[in-house]
Amino acid sequence: MKAKVYVNLKKGVLDPQGKAIQHSVELLGYSGITDIRQGKYFEIALDSGLSETAAHESVSRMAREVLSNPVIEDYRVEIEA
Amino acid sequence: MKFGVIVFPGSNCDHDAYHVISKHVGQPVDFIWHRDTELSSYDALIIPGGFSYGDYLRAGALARFSPVMNAVKKFAESGRFVLGICNGFQILCEAGLLPGALIRNRDLHFICEHIFVRVETSDTPFTNEMRPGTVLRLPIAHAEGNYVCDDQTLAELQREDRIVFRYCDQQGNVTDSANPNGSRDNIAGICSRGRNVVGLMPHPERACEDLLGSSDGRDIFRSLAATLAAVA
Repeated sequence: MKAKVYVNLKKGVLDPQGKAIQHSVELLGYSGITDIRQGKYFEIALDSGLSETAAHESVSRMAREVLSNPVIEDYRVEIEA
Repeated sequence: MKFGVIVFPGSNCDHDAYHVISKHVGQPVDFIWHRDTELSSYDALIIPGGFSYGDYLRAGALARFSPVMNAVKKFAESGRFVLGICNGFQILCEAGLLPGALIRNRDLHFICEHIFVRVETSDTPFTNEMRPGTVLRLPIAHAEGNYVCDDQTLAELQREDRIVFRYCDQQGNVTDSANPNGSRDNIAGICSRGRNVVGLMPHPERACEDLLGSSDGRDIFRSLAATLAAVA
């Protein structure tokens, strides 16, 4: 089983890295971009004996307590069997 | 009075802090390894600058899980004094001992230069020997010093007089052009509700000798020494 965790800056929190990336790709000629926000992505291998519910609960707690900082970031958890 | 300087893997301003406490404050000081949990003999702790755990995940995020941090929380709850400098400030925010967070500088650069900060309140153990409005010239050296918090937290910090230092120009004017990293409300340092925990991005421990370009940082340590002498 595998968990995927996506961590992104909350709406309204300035993302200077995303802005710099946007600026660079626009310089390369990519057009029609209205915004780029940079986030983090984690792949977590899990014991296949876990139930999907238990895995979701455990990884969500990990995402809340460690992988993200709730002051500035939101997270999303996906479990793949 | 006895000081402790906490050392994480990757701390690199621990010796500067130790030097300042022993030489300029003239008090006994120990290095405390991040696995230690016995802090009862100390009166004040310094969480120094550096790159604890290589700044992996987020600056200060992993240091928060070191065994010593539970003891630091209890130490702070008991009303004793904690000063977090640079990475130490980031760690205190990650640990929830101070509100808000420090994100990447507005212009993405690692900034290493002397800047000016204005002392906003005398009502902390680290600033009580200075008048509000005093301008200090201190070095900064960080890539993640951009202080952010939500509107409610900012209002609370303002209302409770908990903004301790603001970036300013040489004359003490708090302006956007004097804000090196984009910090909200030009915040360079704040204190806890109990006022005994202070975190700041500038490095006062690197500004205690004229040879280093400024000795303004001494007033912060002089304040702490005065506080401890009054308590003792």
